[in-house]
Amino acid sequence: MSPHIAQSPTALADPDELALGLPESYLAAGHTLGSWLTTTDHKRIAILYGLSITLFFFLGGAAATAVRLELFTPEADFVGSDTYNKLFTLHGVIMVWFFLIPSIPTTFGNFLLPLMIGARDLAFPKLNLVSWYLNLGGGLLAAVAVLAGGIDTGWTFYVPYATVFSDTAVSVAVLGVFVAGFSTIATGVNFIATVHLLRAPGMTWFRLPLFVWAMYTTSLIFVLATPVLALTLLLVLAERAFGLPIFDPARGGDPILFQHLFWFYSHPAVYIMILPAMGVISEVITCFSRRVVFGYTFMVYALVAIAVIGFFTWGHHMFTSGMSPYAALLFSFLSFIVAVPSAIKVFNWTATLYRGQIGFESPMLYALGFLGLFTVGGLTGLFLASIPIDVHVQDTYFVVAHFHYIMVGASVSAYFAGLHLWWPKITGRMYPETWAKFAAILMFFGFNLTFFPQFIAGYLGMPRRYHVYPPEFQVWNVLSSSGAAVLAVAYLMPLGYLTWSVFFGARARNDPWNATGLEWRTTSPPPRDNFLGRVAVLGPPYDYHPAGSPPTQDQPHLPTQESQA
Amino acid sequence: MMQRFVPAWLMPEAASTQAAKVDAIFFGLTVISAAIVLVVVGLVVTFAIRFRRGSKADRGALPSVVSREFEIGWTAATLFVFLFIFWWAASAEIGAYTPPKDAIEIHVVANQWMWKTQASNGAREINELHVPVGAPVRLMLTSQDVIHSFYIPAFRLKRDAVPGRQTETWFQATKTGTFHLMCTEFCGTDHSRMLGRVIVMEPQDYAAWLSAQPEGDDLAHAGERLFTERGCAGCHAPGSTIHAPDLAGLWGKTIPLEGGRTVTVDAAYIRDSILQPARDIAAGYAPIMPSYAGLLTDGEVQELTAYLRALGAGPRTVRSPGVPPLSSRVPGSARERSPAMVPGAPVADTPAPAGPAVGP
Repeated sequence: MSPHIAQSPTALADPDELALGLPESYLAAGHTLGSWLTTTDHKRIAILYGLSITLFFFLGGAAATAVRLELFTPEADFVGSDTYNKLFTLHGVIMVWFFLIPSIPTTFGNFLLPLMIGARDLAFPKLNLVSWYLNLGGGLLAAVAVLAGGIDTGWTFYVPYATVFSDTAVSVAVLGVFVAGFSTIATGVNFIATVHLLRAPGMTWFRLPLFVWAMYTTSLIFVLATPVLALTLLLVLAERAFGLPIFDPARGGDPILFQHLFWFYSHPAVYIMILPAMGVISEVITCFSRRVVFGYTFMVYALVAIAVIGFFTWGHHMFTSGMSPYAALLFSFLSFIVAVPSAIKVFNWTATLYRGQIGFESPMLYALGFLGLFTVGGLTGLFLASIPIDVHVQDTYFVVAHFHYIMVGASVSAYFAGLHLWWPKITGRMYPETWAKFAAILMFFGFNLTFFPQFIAGYLGMPRRYHVYPPEFQVWNVLSSSGAAVLAVAYLMPLGYLTWSVFFGARARNDPWNATGLEWRTTSPPPRDNFLGRVAVLGPPYDYHPAGSPPTQDQPHLPTQESQA
Repeated sequence: MMQRFVPAWLMPEAASTQAAKVDAIFFGLTVISAAIVLVVVGLVVTFAIRFRRGSKADRGALPSVVSREFEIGWTAATLFVFLFIFWWAASAEIGAYTPPKDAIEIHVVANQWMWKTQASNGAREINELHVPVGAPVRLMLTSQDVIHSFYIPAFRLKRDAVPGRQTETWFQATKTGTFHLMCTEFCGTDHSRMLGRVIVMEPQDYAAWLSAQPEGDDLAHAGERLFTERGCAGCHAPGSTIHAPDLAGLWGKTIPLEGGRTVTVDAAYIRDSILQPARDIAAGYAPIMPSYAGLLTDGEVQELTAYLRALGAGPRTVRSPGVPPLSSRVPGSARERSPAMVPGAPVADTPAPAGPAVGP
């Protein structure tokens, strides 16, 4: 490794490289800040998103750390009630709208969607840049709300508390989420148009990688659900800032209407978080077991079914609000139905492993962890879909544990799986594999230590959003807070070694995992126009072995960092 | 069943009829889920070890049984398991929906950050609720400010208290003792301190406790007083010169509205008629009633509702214009509450019970 390479983070732009006759990489297309902030390259915009959501992830994580620290003992001993309420609200708002919802679509989706279908860019590159500015603008408004004293409504903004009673900076935060919503809608429109219009010759719908299908179905939810959130938040603003009576019961409004509108968006939003994760996991599991995915068409239909049925289950958030028992039964029934396609996906991933050549590189460790955590998260969803159980555990830590298993255990694991899988493609550098494996394993155990005890605390009756709690729950909270400490270390590790790898990592080959997707059929990192020549697709995805014959052991063992030196 | 398999510290105390049902479903679902997790994790680990890169395991073409039929098979199996769980949970829910007719009625009013309860027998409490063991108790909840949620873990009972509307639920305690009452809908600064106690007593202890409570009007009598004080009687008393409906005997009836619709007179209709009188006008009357929104508290609306209810669906009394009522129109007096109201409590004789009339 020459010292010259080690000094420059975008060493791929080195003149030595260009001597080979390859086009310069997208990273070398400009080094100024201005070249980044005005770029319309989907790959650079993906990096911009990557940086902003990393910032938000650690901001939201810091708030969670403070919350877990406070809950170590039953009494109030670290922060006061109002501060505590602001901390968990900050955690929820930032993590949901500024990390989880944009996470996989705006980073890997942006970077890979055109590459995977053989396109040169998204359908609307300028709109893509506008999306990032909207997302960042929304995030900054939320940050302003924090600086202005914070908000204490919880991420759900339940009325009339949020519109009439809270004296915190609710309006600014709501405005921030409202603005960020337009970013999501624009991204959804962009992705849908791209998949429809820009597929390379030969890339038929049923040759699309499952990640592309996941992006497509997620975009449908983006476009159909987010406007409802925008409308709802606008009504909250109208009531709070201009005094229009909409939800306030003292003036004839209906607070339950808000809940219906809010969950009509926010339940599909859960699928916005998990469908992209399913897409990533399908890519990782096929690659590291060297097998074609089991039941490709079922996997596609399952994604579509989840996206569609997911729109009709929102009422299960409101079983205790006093809804009609018949409505509750219907929502309960649909919530059971929506779990079926998710179960099918788990079975198909498991079956994909059968007779594979399974390697245990870090992306695969995250993916295997995903399988376990998603299964637990999904099954506890059935508990919550059962009305009598939901009546008991609604708004307790059982619910908190359930949705963290889905959103953090599953989605964030998938995010890290994808980050490690595509890191060589995105940066052109290999990361230190040993560290990555260690972080993956640590994350799995830290996660379970943090969140499994919360199932028990919840069933025992510990309500969520409690600053102080009855002392009999302390043992579960101590376990949970200890796990959170492990989890914090596990999340900080990739920040360290991935940053290190950008500067010092070994150069990545074009296809370091011997994977099949189109994104690997170009240089690492790719040039501005993605591909060197014309792209044509001749076969189905996941072509790891000819149909009917066994996979061969063709995946290279990764060179460790030591052997590179 | 559960006590045999699950250590006590893993299960919350079960002290109501519903608790046993919920625990049974929870236990069954846990067993099913654990089996599924074991199968999935077991297969993943087995495959990961057996088919690790370079192992000597057979990797020939997939057996012919692993095919499309296989996929359809496990989709159907999953669907049936899930539908079974749905049916099980839903039937438990349907069975528990309607409270028994003889339930003790308790009105709960939540506000930041306390619980106020008032039983139909007159007992008022703050952040405490005394109930007899083995008797069904029906709760009617509302809130004066934001949404709260009334949660008694030991009863597996939770219902939101929503401002501007009344929600209902019921329970029957099976065990004496003191249990947590908590707020589970985030309601501001002291949400986590909005706690109370539910004290379940033997019927005779409850009767003793009840008779030791300071005398106060029960809801219906308080409502009757309000009915006069706030001027309702000026128009609605029998024989009033204003053309307004007499409210006696209305409860539970279906009455015609202007415009040809009909409505059943229940708590929601009475509440709406007091707070938004222009919304549903009874057929044959002019829309002259002013709104009492902001003039009556939620508790007062509940008291008026209880009064109208106590007037029942019995025959209307006929009185001459201008003559004030000589005595209470509510059957029973406030003093006659107590032991008779408590199912199972020993009673010396049988005084007329307070609260809703049992019939003419």
